[in-house]
Amino acid sequence: MAVGLTHYLVLAGALFLTGTAGVLLRRNTLIMFMSIEIMLSAVNIVFAAYSRALGDLSGHVFVLMNFAVAAAEAAIGLAILVEIYRLRRSVDVDGLKTLME
Amino acid sequence: MDTALRWIVLIPLLGAAVNGLTLRVMPRRLAGLIACGAVGASFALSLKVFLGLLDMEPGHRVVEDILAGWLTVGPLHVDIGFVMDELSAVMALVVTGVGFLIHVYSLGYMSHDAGFNRFFTYLNLFIFSMMTLVLGENLLMLFVGWEGVGLCSYLLISFWFSEEANAAAGKKAFVVNRVGDFGFLLGLFVLGTTLLPELHHGEGLFSFRVLAEHAHLLAPVATLAGILLFIGATGKSAQIPLYVWLPDAMAGPTPVSALIHAATMVTAGVYMIARMSFLFVQSPTAMTVIAVTGAVTALFAATIALTQNDIKKVLAYSTVSQLGYMMLACGVGAFAAGIFHVMTHAFFKALLFLGSGSVIHAMSNEQDMRLMGGLRRKLPVTWWTFLIGTVALAGVFPFAGFFSKDEILWKAWSSGNQGLWALGFLGAGLTAFYMMRLVSLTFFGENRASEEVKHHIHESPVSMTLPLVVLAVLSLAGGWIGIPHFMGGHNQFEAWLEPVFHHETAHEGAGAHLAVADAHDAHGAEHAAPATTHAADAHGGHDDHAAEVRMEWTLASASLAWALLGLFLGWFVYSKRTAIAESARRFAGGGPHKVLLNKYYVDELYEGALIKPGYALSDKVLFRVVDAGVIDGLLVNGSAILVSIVSALVRLFQNGMLRFYAWTFAAGAAAFIIYLTLAG
Repeated sequence: MAVGLTHYLVLAGALFLTGTAGVLLRRNTLIMFMSIEIMLSAVNIVFAAYSRALGDLSGHVFVLMNFAVAAAEAAIGLAILVEIYRLRRSVDVDGLKTLME
Repeated sequence: MDTALRWIVLIPLLGAAVNGLTLRVMPRRLAGLIACGAVGASFALSLKVFLGLLDMEPGHRVVEDILAGWLTVGPLHVDIGFVMDELSAVMALVVTGVGFLIHVYSLGYMSHDAGFNRFFTYLNLFIFSMMTLVLGENLLMLFVGWEGVGLCSYLLISFWFSEEANAAAGKKAFVVNRVGDFGFLLGLFVLGTTLLPELHHGEGLFSFRVLAEHAHLLAPVATLAGILLFIGATGKSAQIPLYVWLPDAMAGPTPVSALIHAATMVTAGVYMIARMSFLFVQSPTAMTVIAVTGAVTALFAATIALTQNDIKKVLAYSTVSQLGYMMLACGVGAFAAGIFHVMTHAFFKALLFLGSGSVIHAMSNEQDMRLMGGLRRKLPVTWWTFLIGTVALAGVFPFAGFFSKDEILWKAWSSGNQGLWALGFLGAGLTAFYMMRLVSLTFFGENRASEEVKHHIHESPVSMTLPLVVLAVLSLAGGWIGIPHFMGGHNQFEAWLEPVFHHETAHEGAGAHLAVADAHDAHGAEHAAPATTHAADAHGGHDDHAAEVRMEWTLASASLAWALLGLFLGWFVYSKRTAIAESARRFAGGGPHKVLLNKYYVDELYEGALIKPGYALSDKVLFRVVDAGVIDGLLVNGSAILVSIVSALVRLFQNGMLRFYAWTFAAGAAAFIIYLTLAG
């Protein structure tokens, strides 16, 4: 059985839903953060799959761009997380609502 | 084109600017010199332009000076410009001439006043406004001057503003005048909207020349516009029902009463009507309204003057009464006679006011005539000049008032309005009586003032008596330029103004109904014109003419006798047999006398009928309901409440719960995708 576009899309969909579920259901900020990264990866897979299927290189370009963005985001996000943990000794997202007031 | 015209107007403005900007630092003498010099220069220039007019062809005596375009909006075009013709020349000479004399008089009268410089600033500003009014090339310029003199009047009535009553009097004058101005503005709008579609591009809409040329187009709105403009005139010229401000205006310094509230500003309404005569003659209704209002005011104010005790109040009501005569003249189509009376009245009423100022000055600011008396010997110059002013006002031959008032009464009679003539005739006798009462109480008998005041009585300085003497000469001789035909004169005054009012003489000749259709019919005018001058001739016959002359002689003699009788009674009752006055007062004390003393309770009537309901309306409806309820409550607070309700709802979504945001976001995204899927 040849691996076709559909397989990639199903995989990407499964990964995206997994990430979404992680963001919506977990309270640990670190886990939520990782879930977002999973969602990003799902999008990358879709890009790469379509790029190949359509023979258009610009999809690859987007994937590379996304890597760069994800890396930068991870660097800043993790740094913030570390600071939050230092401040509050917890990364429970439900405790983080001081900006509302 | 003569650039002298603009300087007639602008020099007084310059004087006002210089004095006004250096109010605190300018030495008094210099300020007085600048102010008098400015008006003097204005008078000299007016005289120069007037002499130029004299050299011109009769009928073409017009000097124009257009400074610039003012408004050009679409088809509407209005210039800033001045024009002097026969009518405005008379007014300009009277305003600047009498104005100059009163400026000189004020040097003495105001010499001890702290507000000396301020006073002269206002006076110059007044002359500027008045000259704009008189020389303005179009109705809008006239209106600018009209409002300007109103402002100056307000400033000068409440000149001594530290006293509540004076400030209130100024306010009253301003507010009452605003009522009239409202009518005036509406009149302007009516004229403007009627004429605007008919004009060529670039023609000045409100220019008097253009208005007069298109007078026949105004015929359909003549009654409406005429009455609206006349409402403006009742305010400015103190006619019933808006005369109430003028007596209160006596709160101002006496030279102001003389200049603004007797000689010049209050005649603005008469001038305006004369200037717009081509409009008024097209509406018999408007003319009737003017004539009746004038005649009734003349008699009404004269009766009030009978009982007043304040020397200036008597003169004030006398002014209202005399303005009524001028209006009566305009109303019966005798515009020249009206303007003639404007001029002679300016002379003798300014003289009387300045004389009363001299008396008040001598009596240490006492104005109550019951505390005067016997000033004849102590103030000889004032006494003689005042006497001349009195007989001139009473209309005794050969003083100025005789010619102008008799002309008006004759015109009222000969135009077929014997009823109006009777009102005027009655008022003339009362005029003589109350003036002689004033003279008796002031100059005859024993002095009734306190010893302290008596001690200070002194004749006024030369700067005050000199204008009195000049005005006395004018009051004596000023009428001689209008000696009527039946006395063997030529009435040069009427002949001089004839070209300005030519159109209406044509109409009068055409009959009492003022055939509007003839307005632009040159033939009709030509046929009718000779008919007016010698109305009797046209009807064929020497006998008619002779009968008319006999009638004129009869009426003139009757009014002279009537005036002399009034004078005699005034003198006899108030200085010979004061017991008569006393018993008359006791006899009528409860009824008529009290009514007159309280000025027919008109102020109280207005207070009850207009002012109190006005306050109530403002407080109960406009303030509590409209302002506090609708504007503050519904609009201001209402919109704030609306915002807070909406934001309270929106705020529910901003709860700081990150997962709530995430769920909302995911739900939104899901809904969007489902929608796209279903729609696609």
